[in-house]
Amino acid sequence: MSEHGHHKENFFSKYVFSLDHKMISKQFLITGMVMGVIAMVMSALFRIQLANPGESNSILSTFLGRWAEGGVMSPDIYLSLVTIHGTIMVFFVLTGGLSGTFANLLLPFQVGARDMASGFLNMLSYWFFFASCVVMIISLFVQSGPASAGWTIYPPLSAVPETISGSGLGMTLWLVSMTLFIVSSLLGGLNYIVTVLNLRTTGMSMTRLPLTVWALLVTAILGVLSFPVLLSAALLLIFDRSFGTSFYLSDILVQGEVLSHAGGNPILFQHLFWFLGHPEVYIVLLPALGLTSEIIATNSRKPIFGYRAMIGSILAIAFLSFIVWGHHMFITGMNPFLGSVFVFTTLLIAIPSAIKVFNYIATLWRGNLQFTPAMLFSIGLVSTFITGGLTGLILGDSALDINVHDTYFVVAHFHIVMGLSAIFGMLAGVYHWFPRMYGRLMNLKLGYIHFWGTFICAYGTFFPMHFLGMAGLPRRYYSNSAFPMFDNLVDINEIVSFFAIAGALIQVVFFFNFFYSIFRGTPSPQNPWKSNTLEWTAPVERIHGNWSGEIPAVHRWAYDYSKPGMDDDFVPQTVPLKKGEEEHH
Amino acid sequence: MIKVLIVLVAIVFVAQVVRIFELSNLITKTKNEVSDRSNHINGVLLLLSGIGLLAFFFWQRAEWMDETLQVAASEHGPIIDNLWDTTMGLIIVVFLILTPMLFGIAFFYRGKEDKKASYITHNNKLEFFWTAIPAVVLMALISYGLVVWGKIVNQDISDAMVIEIYAKQFSWTARYAGDDNKLGRADVRFVGGKNELGVISQKTKENQISAIEKKIINLNLDLKSSENPAEKKLITKKIDKLEKQKKTLITYFITTPMDKLLSAEDDVVTKELHLPVGKKVLFKFRSQDVIHSAYLPHFRVQMNCVPGTTTQFAFTPTITTVDMKKELNDESFEYVMLCNKICGNAHYNMQMKVIVETEEEYNAWMETQNNTRISNL
Ligand code: HEM
Ligand SMILES: [Cu+2]
Ligand SMILES: [Cu+2]
Repeated sequence: MSEHGHHKENFFSKYVFSLDHKMISKQFLITGMVMGVIAMVMSALFRIQLANPGESNSILSTFLGRWAEGGVMSPDIYLSLVTIHGTIMVFFVLTGGLSGTFANLLLPFQVGARDMASGFLNMLSYWFFFASCVVMIISLFVQSGPASAGWTIYPPLSAVPETISGSGLGMTLWLVSMTLFIVSSLLGGLNYIVTVLNLRTTGMSMTRLPLTVWALLVTAILGVLSFPVLLSAALLLIFDRSFGTSFYLSDILVQGEVLSHAGGNPILFQHLFWFLGHPEVYIVLLPALGLTSEIIATNSRKPIFGYRAMIGSILAIAFLSFIVWGHHMFITGMNPFLGSVFVFTTLLIAIPSAIKVFNYIATLWRGNLQFTPAMLFSIGLVSTFITGGLTGLILGDSALDINVHDTYFVVAHFHIVMGLSAIFGMLAGVYHWFPRMYGRLMNLKLGYIHFWGTFICAYGTFFPMHFLGMAGLPRRYYSNSAFPMFDNLVDINEIVSFFAIAGALIQVVFFFNFFYSIFRGTPSPQNPWKSNTLEWTAPVERIHGNWSGEIPAVHRWAYDYSKPGMDDDFVPQTVPLKKGEEEHH
Repeated sequence: MIKVLIVLVAIVFVAQVVRIFELSNLITKTKNEVSDRSNHINGVLLLLSGIGLLAFFFWQRAEWMDETLQVAASEHGPIIDNLWDTTMGLIIVVFLILTPMLFGIAFFYRGKEDKKASYITHNNKLEFFWTAIPAVVLMALISYGLVVWGKIVNQDISDAMVIEIYAKQFSWTARYAGDDNKLGRADVRFVGGKNELGVISQKTKENQISAIEKKIINLNLDLKSSENPAEKKLITKKIDKLEKQKKTLITYFITTPMDKLLSAEDDVVTKELHLPVGKKVLFKFRSQDVIHSAYLPHFRVQMNCVPGTTTQFAFTPTITTVDMKKELNDESFEYVMLCNKICGNAHYNMQMKVIVETEEEYNAWMETQNNTRISNL
């Protein structure tokens, strides 16, 4: 179908308002990376504050200007930085950046389609995302400061500007930005789902799909089902803030005035928020797990172990993720019996999660492991998924949650299991599919330096936080010096901050490698990792429609690595079954 | 000018880095692909990092375990702590099995040119076991957890001493229920003057209404003396508002049953929380502005304070402050209540001192609090 290759492109239609999934995926990636740097710098700044409470620091005044008069960060800006850091990391980097990049790049390629079901919606999805990023950035510069009620924006704090300065214009912009983001995510998600369900090439049955596609498909379904709930929560909050309704507000006295709101309930917001919020952590995590499934199989030169069990556990996790949201609310005064139900459903998630871990380890077992940077990051993901997932057994148990709810134990838990795992998955994906995006290889050695630096700093930053939490240190504390009981935690805080800042600096190696390799990296062969999936059967040059001839047909699953009786240690999905050959899985 | 210079220098710097980088690649003749050598090095590093992770873990425990909360100072505390230890023990065992397995296998099967991987797709028996075993263990853990949870939330509270914990930006206040052990009704609309918690009683009503009436009289005088129509309008508006406020107060007062009004009389409002040791207390939480969370880590107690509703938590303190000081060998030790839900810029410094003492000490302290009794306000 050569007509795809042939229409005239100008600069705008090629690089800006592109309808091509490959270009859109790069747009998502670069935008996500920029946002990631911003959020990372923020975390380094507030870690400086936590390690040296009250001390003057010229780095702070350079970056923060009037927010850090004399080099000392103000409590308001501390909360703003934490809030925007969390928001950007969760939504803009690990939802928009991660799903947006890899769903766009891989879905059409791996199911064997010329592009997304609707290129136009896809482009809209990116530009809504872009607009939401812009609004979020603008909110950093408003007079009263950016949103500062935490990334979970619980009302009344987020609803009543008199209670915290960030809940003025900053909060309004946050809500506008998130609304745009949700629109983007819904447009994208619907498109992904339709693409996978309708555009699979001949022979690509659901049980031949690579696990990346399964993970991205289920992620999109989760998003489509849960983001509308966040949208409604946000809309009701907008009403409460701007139009005097009382969905969440009741009996509030601030600055000597009783507000006119009556009869609302702030806990309602939490229910709505976490009905999205919990699935959201899997929206962040599943794509990373999908990418690494593919990377680990390819680089182990071995089929993924328990393909069907992997699909089953993705589906089980997705289903369960909708009925566990209450574990964020055990101590809101929620009916204790309801709490018990949420304990039960929450701890059940450990089963499919454990299955996934066992399958990863079993895949490595008796493999011929090729340690590309992508593979190393994937192994890193398995490690953080184990370490961080296990502490979920504590937080999911309501009685234990009384001890550590909202402490640094939680910060440690979710950074390791969600933050690190997803970031590792995303970086693994970038290293692995960079040749597919840019036709060049990233530098291997720099990749190794980047991995080892990041891996060490990641654990150095987040593992000690468990101990801070077990000492009772609450999260979102601007300073720990108000309570003598935290005085002896200073050395832990210094270690954490040291690794956090070192970890941020080491990312320079990655960015150098990334941009250098775009322009001057070693040209990549068509199938650099000797992989089975369809994206590597398309030519290196970026062409509209992906394949210059017919779309290839598929004859087998994606995991025939080292199959006995075959010449090579990989068999692309396009190779027909030999006579008498069985399709195992 | 300086900025332009900095940018220029930065560009030159990057260009030089690129050159050095490319030259060094040329000189060392690195092929940009995975080799037996790189697999070996990274395999060894993986092994070392697995060992390092475990070493780091043990080092942290040795170094910092003493700084985490140790002794629980409430009756249900040890029950939670047992569950904690069990769960933590289980987690650590799993961590100590899986981490060496992951890094060990990664090292052991590091790639070699002439090696071939085994073609293993699945193994139903194995998969059944590793699904069933976690399932069984989890069922046990869930049951244990729910039993503990039940013991905490279903305590017999009929003879508990009732104390209201009142949160606002950025301080805590306590209200003791007095001899009748019943709290009077309260509402934010009654907050004013000395009545910080908005308790509704004959006295507070009279105080507040007379305060409002005084204001109205003054405003009426202003109104008479004012010439400016804009100002007049403003004053009239203020008067209307105060009238409305007065009406609200009266409505709330009238709809409060007599026994509630009476039980408010002996409530005592304090800024410090004193608890008699060994006596069950029932905290009733209220907030006047945003959500706060009362966190008393030593007692293993935490509950949100939600504007518009009340929440509660019952527990029995078991160790007096004095004994705890001895136990920890720390003269400066005090129990505290922290705020553990982001509530504004001074969230990090919202605290109340908590003192657990003997019954006699407690009674003696309570005697001294007479001036904050609602009937004496
Ligand atoms: C660059 C390395 C990172 C560092 C050093 C870091 C550090 C921190 C710290 C110390 C806090 C707690 C601050 C406080 O409670 O006062 C925090 C909050 C948070 N971080 Fe990170 N983080 C990093 C990366 C990430 C990533 C990758 C994610 C993605 C999931 C993430 C998501 C969050 C969220 C959601 C919060 C909570 C914000 C809130 O309390 O509202 N962070 N981060
Ligand atoms: Cu959750
Ligand atoms: Cu508070």
